[in-house]
Amino acid sequence: MEAIESHKGSAYPLDRSNVDTDQIIPKQFLKRIERTGFGQFLFYHWRFDDDGKMRETFSLNDNKYKEASILLAGENFGCGSSREHAPWALHDYGFKVIIAPSFADIFYNNALKNGLLPVKMDEAQVKQWMKQAEDGALELFVDLKLQTITDDNGREVAFDIPEYHKQKLLNGWDDISLTLHHEAKIEAYEKRN
Amino acid sequence: MGKPETIVEKIWNKHVVHAEEGKPDLLYIDLHLVHEVTSPQAFEGLRLNNRTVRRPDLTYATVDHNVPTRNRDIIKDEVAKKQMETLKNNCKEYGIPLADMYHPDQGIVHVIGPQLGLTQPGKTIVCGDSHTSTHGAFGALAFGIGTSEVEHVLATQSIWQERPKTLNVKVEGNLGPGVTAKDLILAIIAKFGVKFGTGHVIEYTGEAIRNLSMEERMTICNMSIEAGARAGLISPDETTVEFLKEREYVPKGDAFNEAAAAWLDLATDEGAVYDKTVTIQAAEIEPQVSWGTNPGMCVPVNAATPSLEEAENAEDVKRALEYMGLEENQPISSIEIDHVFIGSCTNSRLSDLQKAAAIVKGKKVNDNVRAIVVPGSFSIKLQAEKEGLDQVFKEAGFEWREAGCSMCLAMNDDVVPPGGRCASTSNRNFEGRQGNGARTHLVSPEMAAAAAIEGRFVDVREFAGAVS
Repeated sequence: MEAIESHKGSAYPLDRSNVDTDQIIPKQFLKRIERTGFGQFLFYHWRFDDDGKMRETFSLNDNKYKEASILLAGENFGCGSSREHAPWALHDYGFKVIIAPSFADIFYNNALKNGLLPVKMDEAQVKQWMKQAEDGALELFVDLKLQTITDDNGREVAFDIPEYHKQKLLNGWDDISLTLHHEAKIEAYEKRN
Repeated sequence: MGKPETIVEKIWNKHVVHAEEGKPDLLYIDLHLVHEVTSPQAFEGLRLNNRTVRRPDLTYATVDHNVPTRNRDIIKDEVAKKQMETLKNNCKEYGIPLADMYHPDQGIVHVIGPQLGLTQPGKTIVCGDSHTSTHGAFGALAFGIGTSEVEHVLATQSIWQERPKTLNVKVEGNLGPGVTAKDLILAIIAKFGVKFGTGHVIEYTGEAIRNLSMEERMTICNMSIEAGARAGLISPDETTVEFLKEREYVPKGDAFNEAAAAWLDLATDEGAVYDKTVTIQAAEIEPQVSWGTNPGMCVPVNAATPSLEEAENAEDVKRALEYMGLEENQPISSIEIDHVFIGSCTNSRLSDLQKAAAIVKGKKVNDNVRAIVVPGSFSIKLQAEKEGLDQVFKEAGFEWREAGCSMCLAMNDDVVPPGGRCASTSNRNFEGRQGNGARTHLVSPEMAAAAAIEGRFVDVREFAGAVS
């Protein structure tokens, strides 16, 4: 997994709650057996109409968010299906950080395993940033090491992340290698049961 | 006697391989179910890192998401075909048992696990599918995982998990006549919301739950994820034991009696403490119909869509009504449908088909409606045919299909067209779930069957031929 220490980028506001993984990556794109190339299908039916033409009304298609790499979203982001294709699509599209008041459990885990940083943040703060990003433009600096997010004006906000997940992201550690350090314990468990 | 424990604590403590302060626990996995959609990248990961499958004997695979439910010999979708072939090759390479398309045990992964008796009380069960929570009906700790975790479980037969909080959903009293397990779980999600279970394992308790059959309990636990909970379970009792007796993978004879005693011991102890408890009165629940784009957007069949003025989250309600092509304050009974889907891991078991068949018997599907029945497994299909249910459905004008996930997520060619409106016994009414632009209304099999006949939603309790 790609390590992530900090990230600076512009924010895209998606002011919707309960964004489910069916919206993030629709099912017709789940048949591929590869792990890559899902970015083009991100939010597919929101971004494109039935003829595959870009919908001008959907904000992510706005030129001003072309370089966005930080996604601001409403509560319960990533609910529904366990498809890891959702974080693959977000990451491949160019998002490196997602900031939301809350995340669905499975999505949160899946994001962490793909170097995509999910940040839980107070709803009022997320709303404020969304407004800034809508009205003009918003650049944020996300420092995982210090667990802070700094905006254009130098205002700093702290965020929480379990230490265990933080260390894994900072080091880009692979879960399976870590687990295999405990292989003897797995064997012992199997003998006991 | 030690401190009273919940079933979740009992199962968890027994499965901890390694625990360390400030870290998730490493939990042993007793059963890993695998399907074609979320596994190819996991197997590829094993190969790239020169790893293997630790316990193919604790792994079981089938094809369900992509499989056609008719004309199986000609799969036109080359990408889907390749995905199914990839699973076959992976299972062969690593020695994993596979119920492939022509195997008598093929079916929806969450239907065949219980049917074969692979699902048992006290087991830890995972699958790369969020509806793995279904298996909790047996008092197993079962939850959905992503593909990276699938790879991890294949390689190590274990998984890192934070100890979950426990949430007791207590259902007091009993369901009224004509009100089903599906109505109960939809009403629970409508009342408490689509994220009230986040970070928790739900245990369903109370008189109404005790009186449910195993199939009904599976319907309840199946939709735990729609309430935000990765897992939902029910303490084992005699109903559980009775269901599992004589199943293929369950011990036989004296060994069964021993196993059954151990299963019953898993039930939550009197006086055990949950992190959170909520209560709902079963008698107040009516047949439900979802009107919006998440499973919490649900009302009784005799009610109407919400009023924007009174709605807490008016923006969400407005967007959902717009997508669904509905007005505010619109009576549910005025909604006309053009598709009916009876199937999915929520409602495709024999009793679901029996109850739906009792409604449609001797009647005709409305001229404006295309209706399909997709049994949850090949074995259920056979049993239903033995009872003549296929004839009942076909004579009424339903299509009778082969087993699979089908129109629940429309990965195969069972798709609701853009603007189409479907009464569906599945679990998700998300935008585009059953097809791009398709509108889904979640209901019980009985309500779906009655809607197929009438071409609109009706209260099944007042429907001629309804069984109480």
